[in-house]
Amino acid sequence: MQTSRAPGVAFIFKKALISALVALVLFSLMIGVRTEAGSDGQLTYWTRFGDLAMMVATVFGGSIVVELLRQWWGPVGTVRVVPPQVTSALSLGARLVAPVLLIFTFLVPVIFYNERYILDLGILVLTYVMLGWGLNVVVGLAGLLDLGYVAFYAVGAYSYALLATNFGLSFWICLPLAGILAAFWGVLLGFPVLRLRGDYLAIVTLAFGEIIRLVLLNWQSVTGGPNGVTGIPRPTMFGIPLSPGDDGLAAMLRIEFSPTHRIVFLFYLILALALLTNWVTIRLRRLPIGRAWEALREDEVACRALGINTTTTKLTAFATGAMFGGLAGAFFATRQGFISPESFTFHESALVLAIVVLGGMGSQLGVALAALAMIGGFELFRGLDQYRMLVFGMAMVLLMIWRPRGLIGHRAPTVFLERNQAISSDLVKEGHG
Amino acid sequence: MSADHILSVDHLSMRFGGIVAVNDLSFGAERRKITALIGPNGAGKTTVFNCITGFYKPTSGSMRLAHDDGRNIQLERLNDFRISKQAKVARTFQNIRLFPGMTALENLMVAQHNALMRASGLTLLGLIGAPSWRVAEKAAIDLARTWLERIGLLDRADDAAGNLPYGDQRRLEIARAMCTEPALLCLDEPAAGLNARESASLSELLLAIRANQGTSILLIEHDMSVVMEISDHVVVMDYGVKIAEGTPQHVRDDPKVIAAYLGADEEEAIAVMESGT
Amino acid sequence: MDYFAQQLINGLVLGSIYGLIAIGYTMVYGIVGMINFAHGDIFMIGGFIALITFLILVSFGLTAIPLILLVVLLVSMAITALYGWTVERIAYRPLRHSFRLAPMLSAIGMSFVLTNYSQVAQGARVKPVPPIITGGYTLHEGAGGFVVQLSNIQIIVVITTVVLLALFTWLVSSTRLGRDMRACEQDQTMASLLGVDVDRTISMTFVIGAALAAVAGMMYLLYYGLVDFFMGFVAGIKAFTAAVLGGIGSLPGAMLGGLLIGLIETLWSAYFSVEYKDVAAFSILIVVLIFLPTGLLGRPEVEKV
Repeated sequence: MQTSRAPGVAFIFKKALISALVALVLFSLMIGVRTEAGSDGQLTYWTRFGDLAMMVATVFGGSIVVELLRQWWGPVGTVRVVPPQVTSALSLGARLVAPVLLIFTFLVPVIFYNERYILDLGILVLTYVMLGWGLNVVVGLAGLLDLGYVAFYAVGAYSYALLATNFGLSFWICLPLAGILAAFWGVLLGFPVLRLRGDYLAIVTLAFGEIIRLVLLNWQSVTGGPNGVTGIPRPTMFGIPLSPGDDGLAAMLRIEFSPTHRIVFLFYLILALALLTNWVTIRLRRLPIGRAWEALREDEVACRALGINTTTTKLTAFATGAMFGGLAGAFFATRQGFISPESFTFHESALVLAIVVLGGMGSQLGVALAALAMIGGFELFRGLDQYRMLVFGMAMVLLMIWRPRGLIGHRAPTVFLERNQAISSDLVKEGHG
Repeated sequence: MSADHILSVDHLSMRFGGIVAVNDLSFGAERRKITALIGPNGAGKTTVFNCITGFYKPTSGSMRLAHDDGRNIQLERLNDFRISKQAKVARTFQNIRLFPGMTALENLMVAQHNALMRASGLTLLGLIGAPSWRVAEKAAIDLARTWLERIGLLDRADDAAGNLPYGDQRRLEIARAMCTEPALLCLDEPAAGLNARESASLSELLLAIRANQGTSILLIEHDMSVVMEISDHVVVMDYGVKIAEGTPQHVRDDPKVIAAYLGADEEEAIAVMESGT
Repeated sequence: MDYFAQQLINGLVLGSIYGLIAIGYTMVYGIVGMINFAHGDIFMIGGFIALITFLILVSFGLTAIPLILLVVLLVSMAITALYGWTVERIAYRPLRHSFRLAPMLSAIGMSFVLTNYSQVAQGARVKPVPPIITGGYTLHEGAGGFVVQLSNIQIIVVITTVVLLALFTWLVSSTRLGRDMRACEQDQTMASLLGVDVDRTISMTFVIGAALAAVAGMMYLLYYGLVDFFMGFVAGIKAFTAAVLGGIGSLPGAMLGGLLIGLIETLWSAYFSVEYKDVAAFSILIVVLIFLPTGLLGRPEVEKV
């Protein structure tokens, strides 16, 4: 390939100049001027032309770099950015990656026993893996776009918190109850709205999530309002508390008590819950109900012509996803010991949805990897505090442009005669509902 | 009207706003026979299909399905999925509607959804892997395999349906409809886009279905060679009304039919007149 | 009765603001078929830019209120429009023909970017401004001493909305650009074959939507006397509700929906509870979509088989 096609320095320079100009106008007032309310309530402002100049210069330089990279790579295209070899290696390695990852996860509490931070992070990642797998049933398999998934997470968390603090029920009784209640809410919401298609369904589920949050926030007498619920009991190992007392697990095993025991226990608890979610999902995919979900995503009209009741099929998908969300919520409540509506904002729904889509809708391994990348990556920016969400948003945009179909886009068939071969993502539909 | 009709359509009308797509149409489809519904473009054939298969609710009229066991079902009282589930009417679509991201085998498995749902104890038995479920699943795979063999796609069972050539997709859609074990099979232009060799093998397949499964077939078709070759009875529509019906020979010689086709499309009219001579 | 009349006025003013934002949603949805999640934040940015421009003008010693308002309006429309253009260019155009979920997530990401950009650039605290336009008319003085008032700012909000709506309706119905937009709405491939510059038309849609959102942002600033970085989210959802209620894709529908949402919210707060006013608005969204999926003025969608 000759470089005669390359537009040359003048073109790159011109493009960068235009970008810098646009940036100058965009940032002129927002960055160049800073407003703040003074102590007397009067607004004052001061200029920050240094910052403005730096931003514009960054855009100028960035534009040149991006343009150079683009020429170096040839015509831009997502296929070129991710070489096909990488993709095929990923799918080939997938069979190997999953067991290795699983074994490693089992060993995390052993390897990092003294690293409380890593254990906490591990619990957080696994919580999102579970939420991702739960939402994957709805979005990835059934193709129903749910932007209010956090509502079921909240229902589960509040179910456990309120049942435990008001009636003294134990975690192991509340856990299934939380799942059932969340599934019930899933059906309740699903029944009227599942006739809606596509983006309408998305916006209604979003509204539903907000309604739940607002009710939790304002129904002070029951939910404690913005103060939330405190003093939620910690989980016991099937009745044996993980406390320093005489009846605690440490005393029974005649080992020295350590608060890490509880963290390790929580780690294995969420791991077990996540694996349960995974196992049930994999199992369901191979049953008629799971195949009907996927068929629904592919072509709803054809499903109806084949005698599939699309309403109940959608409802079961919604309820199943909601149930897993509820279980994860109960875990969240017992782990934190305190919950408030602040933990259940739209941002959480968007994060879980981003994990599912980035994972490659429908791929269990992809979702796990995406959760690790997103939550882990999010943690890297912990020190940057207020820039964290900014970076997160940018990452979402860039990831979508880079891989609109997610990390693992291909689909594994649920049944085969001779060859178990993956189906290219180009053929797999996303669903309309 | 002493013939044994599996489907009797009586005074069927369908209006969309001010447009009358089907106007007071009556015809019957005989049991274990192949009935063709023909007519120029825009005659309202697909609308009739959509009424029969429950995608549209007809403005007026009735459609009665008489099963072998004597059960009569009024199709206009059932909606969408129940037509296939309870009345055992299966259909294909003019623009193929397979599940493109699922394999050919999976497509045929989805078609057996209702039977498999029962066998899996509404998922519970399946989830715990009960033996009765395993047996049922194996039987379903065997049925799918049989159909794949009959349409000559056994070696492509594990390929995505969306990757199959056009002609194979058409046949797969018919096989998928047959996997619901229907009493009446409705085919919307099954030969559209097929070459002469593929059309011939399609005719063979349909005749075999009628002979082996005893399934009654109702089809919309433009390809007159297929219609003339396999139909037992032909109903001709134009502008939403029936203008003729009878045996293929009878219909072909009917001047009203020729006029309708001449008015619509010269090539089609010639095709009607030339086929069979 | 007087109380009701007063709430009616307040509701109409709030509704005008929602309507202006809703137009942006409805146009973008009509032409590219996606919910522009970042649109609420564009509205917020518009409010901020209006605020900053206003502060600068005042500190320069400008006192002629009409002149200040005009300059603020033009500057915030221009800069916010550029924001709209940039968002489309960066986050949506590369995903134009991609899978359906990708642009939606990209839009959600962009919404996070704008919210937090504004927080980082201007701080998290609410920015209050002293009332710029004061005075008004007393319409009716009730026996109990309750006064129905129509303030000047309310008049300005409503008049600005009406003028812009008229201008905009003319733009879409009678100009080349409007025709191109409607063509792209129907069939983008065909439009481009017939020589319509689809990219440019879509860009212009975002630009116009953002400019109207900027007006809404400025009106919000004038009316409530404050802006903050988080105001885009809830206002955005409500404006989208308005767009859906009116029938998505329909401009008069967006305005009608906006007015209805504004009225419902105000009346609900006045007669039931302020805490649950958002719940009321979102519940209406759900109810409308269930019973009237195409909205009040939308075209019914026929399912093709």
